[in-house]
Amino acid sequence: MTNSFRDFAKAKMILVIGSNMTEAHPVAASLLKMAVIGGAEMIVVDPRRTPLVDLANLHVQIKVGSDVAFLNGVMHVLIAEDIYDKKYVESCTVGFEELKQKVLEYTPERAAAISGVDADTIRTVARRLAANRPAMLMYTLGITEHTCGVDNVMSCANLQMLLGNVGFECGGVNPLRGQNNVQGACDMGALPNVFPGYQRVDNPQAREKFAAAWKVERLPEKPGLMIPQMIDGLLDGKVKAFYVFGENLANTEPDIRHVERCLGAAEFLVCQDIFPTETTRFAHVVLPAAAWSENDGTFTSSERRVNRVRTASAPPGEAKPNWWIFKEIARRMGHVWESDSARELWDNEISQLAPSLAGIKYFRLEGNGLQWPAPSLEHEGTPYLHKDGCFTCGLGVLKAIDWRPPAETPDEEYPLVLSTGRRLYHYHTRTQTGRSEGLNVLLGEETADISETDADRYGIADGETIAVRSRRGRVAVKARVTPQVPPGMVWMAFHFREGCANWLTNPVYDPITLTAEYKACAVAVEKIA
Amino acid sequence: MKDAIFSLNGKETVYQPGQTVLEAARAAGVNIPTLCYLKDTTPTGACRICLVEIAGARTLMAACSTPVAAGMEVFTETDRVHNARRLNVELLLSSGRHDCMICERNGDCRLQDLAYYYGIKEMRFPQDQDFYPTEEENPFIVRDFTRCIRCGRCIQACNELVVNRAISYGYRGKDSKVVTGGDGPYLGSECVFCGQCVEVCPVGALTEKKARGKARAWETQKIRTTCPYCGVGCQQWLHVKDGRITKVTAVEDGEPNMGRLCVKGRFGYDFIYSEDRLKTPLIRENGSFREASWDEALDLVAGKFKEIIAKEGPDAIAGVSCARSINEDSYQMQKLFRAVIGTNNIDHCART
Repeated sequence: MTNSFRDFAKAKMILVIGSNMTEAHPVAASLLKMAVIGGAEMIVVDPRRTPLVDLANLHVQIKVGSDVAFLNGVMHVLIAEDIYDKKYVESCTVGFEELKQKVLEYTPERAAAISGVDADTIRTVARRLAANRPAMLMYTLGITEHTCGVDNVMSCANLQMLLGNVGFECGGVNPLRGQNNVQGACDMGALPNVFPGYQRVDNPQAREKFAAAWKVERLPEKPGLMIPQMIDGLLDGKVKAFYVFGENLANTEPDIRHVERCLGAAEFLVCQDIFPTETTRFAHVVLPAAAWSENDGTFTSSERRVNRVRTASAPPGEAKPNWWIFKEIARRMGHVWESDSARELWDNEISQLAPSLAGIKYFRLEGNGLQWPAPSLEHEGTPYLHKDGCFTCGLGVLKAIDWRPPAETPDEEYPLVLSTGRRLYHYHTRTQTGRSEGLNVLLGEETADISETDADRYGIADGETIAVRSRRGRVAVKARVTPQVPPGMVWMAFHFREGCANWLTNPVYDPITLTAEYKACAVAVEKIA
Repeated sequence: MKDAIFSLNGKETVYQPGQTVLEAARAAGVNIPTLCYLKDTTPTGACRICLVEIAGARTLMAACSTPVAAGMEVFTETDRVHNARRLNVELLLSSGRHDCMICERNGDCRLQDLAYYYGIKEMRFPQDQDFYPTEEENPFIVRDFTRCIRCGRCIQACNELVVNRAISYGYRGKDSKVVTGGDGPYLGSECVFCGQCVEVCPVGALTEKKARGKARAWETQKIRTTCPYCGVGCQQWLHVKDGRITKVTAVEDGEPNMGRLCVKGRFGYDFIYSEDRLKTPLIRENGSFREASWDEALDLVAGKFKEIIAKEGPDAIAGVSCARSINEDSYQMQKLFRAVIGTNNIDHCART
């Protein structure tokens, strides 16, 4: 996030797009709801009537996958009515002319035809945003989990820059991270193209620096594979050995049947985890790891805050801290590493190598942690980025973007859109929440959420077990008839192996990030006789 | 601008316009006891424990809900104040079943503290006997109405801190009760089991079911950590006895949650004690797993990696790191891949 969670409670104007925050990030949603009951205005853009809509001033119920068209329509109005922030655009951004030409093609009427939102609502959104600044924009996976995920993200950034809302308290572009340390895993360079601190592997200076620090002669320069390429690589033989640390790919990736075929083809699969999972079934070696409260370390949250994690109890049996396991493998491959605790790793390696983390040391993390960038020991951390519109990389880039439909759209055989996500009482594939006493009582099985209209159309009763089919597979699952879901949509989660949405989802990806289109594929529903 | 001044126990004291007597007094280092007061919510003045004497006022006033005015003369420690507070504590004690010895909150109870502080020696008033039945029909929260003092902190927390709006006051007078919509049990109501009501309950009316009988308040060590679920990074206290987490509460002034947690953060901690945990390295042999030593398992992994590198090159190995685990683990894994194996084939579920 460019900004901080504390801004959520203080914001005056809020635009939430593609985020069911009350279930996926409940405490963030509470802060936001506090702002709203304190008088803030909130616009919620979502195909579903999410719980946040109850408090919203306006619910913009766009069609799945129409975000770019809707946002271009809003920007059209801002430019056509001359109510964008001209001074900010001139002094802080580049690319305005190209953006203008593009969004002028998206009249409110055209955007309305694509997004299913009426043109006047699009005008209202634009005018409200222009009248009430800064607006704080939050999004989650409703934006990113599309074949046009990058386009969606850039459109959010375009809108906020056009409004002059980036670089201020209670403004910015704020993706809520789904996992406790997904921000940190990125910061640490668990990505195929960057070292820790986002230093590119194809930059010779960066390679030289890390090679010296890690006492090796050279480091690979070619960016590596991303997860979907790794999985496919198992089948085509490009990848022989696959090391899966704490991921249950057999449930989380789209098209489970395909993923399992690939995992089954691995010549050598190492799984390092705290529980046996659907993925460890395919392993050749399983390494038992220490869990969350069984080791010291740090997590980095969505607001770039590095927080301490502390030990409450010892790991069971022979389970070991993950960093120790990696260190031991390195030693057995001829590399002796010095750091012998998470603290030594952070203080002596990570914060030395990543400039934005240079000022963060364990002794500074006793209380509320620190938000990077914190480049020196005197630096107090950074609650919001791009202060006053001064972008860290120079000028903010406005980018002209065209709308593209999802890869698979409904047709006669598969007439409904399946969209997927998370529910309040469980987390991902339930490896943890399914084993925490009580949560299964609150949510014991998966459902296919459908509208009353479609329930009537197909003669389906609430609670009836139905079949949901896509080109990838078929699941039997209970129907949940709910006003949350619009006609034409089926909504499911991936918490339960039985009825997991990923038997159905489409393994098609954003061309840049290879994020799968979990939010849109075509399905059919049927009664089970 | 001239500082706003009022008199606090005879001493000229600066205050910020808009502050309540309680806030101004606390800012000036004068403690006024409270019970129903809940920071960051609208004061209700329900419990009358924070009563103070204000010159010219007909009655004692609740410090939590009385704004300071310029020139106001406030007294926080007069006999009249103490007698009134003591009486109110006595009335609260008689309003419920406050048998501390068998209460889950013994040693961590605001009413118990106040009774002790005000030197209450006996129960002067007859104890109420007519209570709503205790509600336990859910996995996490016990609602014991015999111990409820109707301070309303749970209602304030639900409506103003987490804004889940699941509970409010119901009924009138001595029948008054904290109710869900329709006065049904939590399970099946609007309640989302964030447990914020439990977090703020000053007595034993709302307690964590999973923590029941696990530890007395003084037996636990509080360890601060970060929630293992979503990316908000809520700050938690792990209450630990003999190396085992007995319950989880929020760090009151911890960024970013400022005393809040959700259902997973508060109640989803005990997976670590599951019997299903992997406890030893496993090696596949003839289609099934057998237990192995670390040496054997790690030698096998390192040996196989070396073999594949020699035969197919380092890019034939790929790895996925964990977005749930600590930074130091991800750092170490990418270092293993880049510096030791010699490939950039390292990724994690950054995009999902």
